[in-house]
Amino acid sequence: MSEKVKFFPGREISSKAMESGEVLTKYYSADLNYSWSTGIAVTRFLQELKQGKIIGRKCNKCDRVLVPPRIFCEDCFRTTDEWVYVKDTGVVNTYSIAHVGTDASRLKEPMYIAVINVDGPTKGMGFLHYLGEIKSEHEIKVGMKVQAVWKPENERTGSILDIRYFKPI
Amino acid sequence: MPAGREVAIVGIGASKFDSVTSGISYKELMYEAAVHAYSDAGIDVRNDVGSFICCAEDFWEGNSISDEYMPDQIGAKLRPLFTVCGDGLLGLAHAYMHVLAGVSDLVVVESHSKLSDVTSKDLVEDLGFDPHFGRIPGVEPKYLAGLEMRRYLEESGNTHEDCASVVVKNKRNALRNPRAVYGDNLSNQDVLASEEIASPLTKREISSPADGSVVVVVASAAKARRLSGKNKPVWVSGISWFSDTPNVEEMDLGQALYASNSARKAYEMARIRKPLTQIDFAEIDDTYAYKELQHIEALGLAKRAGKFVSSGKADPDGQIPINVSGGSLGMGSFVEASALVRAYESALQLRGEAGKMQLHNPKRCVVQSWRGIPTQSGVTAVLSI
Repeated sequence: MSEKVKFFPGREISSKAMESGEVLTKYYSADLNYSWSTGIAVTRFLQELKQGKIIGRKCNKCDRVLVPPRIFCEDCFRTTDEWVYVKDTGVVNTYSIAHVGTDASRLKEPMYIAVINVDGPTKGMGFLHYLGEIKSEHEIKVGMKVQAVWKPENERTGSILDIRYFKPI
Repeated sequence: MPAGREVAIVGIGASKFDSVTSGISYKELMYEAAVHAYSDAGIDVRNDVGSFICCAEDFWEGNSISDEYMPDQIGAKLRPLFTVCGDGLLGLAHAYMHVLAGVSDLVVVESHSKLSDVTSKDLVEDLGFDPHFGRIPGVEPKYLAGLEMRRYLEESGNTHEDCASVVVKNKRNALRNPRAVYGDNLSNQDVLASEEIASPLTKREISSPADGSVVVVVASAAKARRLSGKNKPVWVSGISWFSDTPNVEEMDLGQALYASNSARKAYEMARIRKPLTQIDFAEIDDTYAYKELQHIEALGLAKRAGKFVSSGKADPDGQIPINVSGGSLGMGSFVEASALVRAYESALQLRGEAGKMQLHNPKRCVVQSWRGIPTQSGVTAVLSI
């Protein structure tokens, strides 16, 4: 315990105070609903994912291919010029091994989350996604080559999760 | 430096406005508005702009920390940017301060609405109410507008018929505005006979949701001169904002004190002593029809706003045209962006580019905003050419 506790003891709240109603809270749970328009660029991108393809937009001024695509180039601030298909292979930019689930419990099997730089577009473009078919966490390396593992065609919905995960190659 | 001529709007841009914009994302709407504004100002956004200000509310966006998603589509990647959780005129007020404080001599303000993406609009409105005392279960939150309207009519002596004439005027004005989607030819009776939502408020007295983005480029006087583009600078001659208490029981429902207080300050900055003779037109909040009357009185444009509007003095050819653009009743409610839509339409008028709506040689106007229920907050600005 720090010396400062003597001077700044804070204010303890006991579970008794909470249970007896001495200290009150008001519970509220909001159920908000949205239906976001995916827009010109992302709509095409999602439609292509359903076909098992990854598409980007090219800016002819800075020569970058933007994946996921957008109708504007944020560097040049101009409208992008053309649709370009890119490969479904790439490189791990960085990764983390996640051990805690959404309910704060420890995961039985850790999840491998990575930033994937997809081959074809300009450096730094690609996806935040899962890594899969990992035998040991020690085999994952920054710079490791990976490839998309797609869901079967009839299970694809036009979502980034139409790619199940990226596996080492 | 002459008073009221230190900060100017040098560029304006807007996306298409519509009741639904399903095929376009909010980022694409913002990009469209930004491209128009930068071309209008004649600037290279990636090199010339030193500060970007967005005006948005996370619950309307459906994304917390929504400001993080703003830079790319307005040219602000790796540039100073922040979001004001308030309406577009509050963003303009921040831009005004940035210019005078020397933060940047060129500032961009953006605000947008993508209300058609929000499927639980009433719930977002309800979440603005006080969590302990203000959320009355089982009713749609517009009852607060009904409460305010009754108190206001009671105190002011204006009538429900006067409120109806606001709707008739603004929807008729909107028919001449190519950007307005809620234009209509109605009679007072059409308005009064429409469905009662929260008495005395009827359905046609409530503005309908609309989507769109507006971008405004603000500059110092020196920068405005250097730009020497095709546009005359529109000076922000005065700007001020006020909030009343959030307690519904204590706020002044009869008078819009946020508007009268912010107007007093903005007029003082712009050296306006007699608004009735020194203001040529007004673009003000009319989210609900009675609000336009309440705001006209708070801004000192008429003592009895009801009579003023119903006798035609607020018409485009009247003494002080009010909401020639159609206002929110005629153009739609853009939530946080409504105020910037008003500023956009005002700038067009002052520059003489309002097309069929153009007034004869206007020199000065008042633009005013309200944040909507359950707030008693708003901004007043004086713009001049």
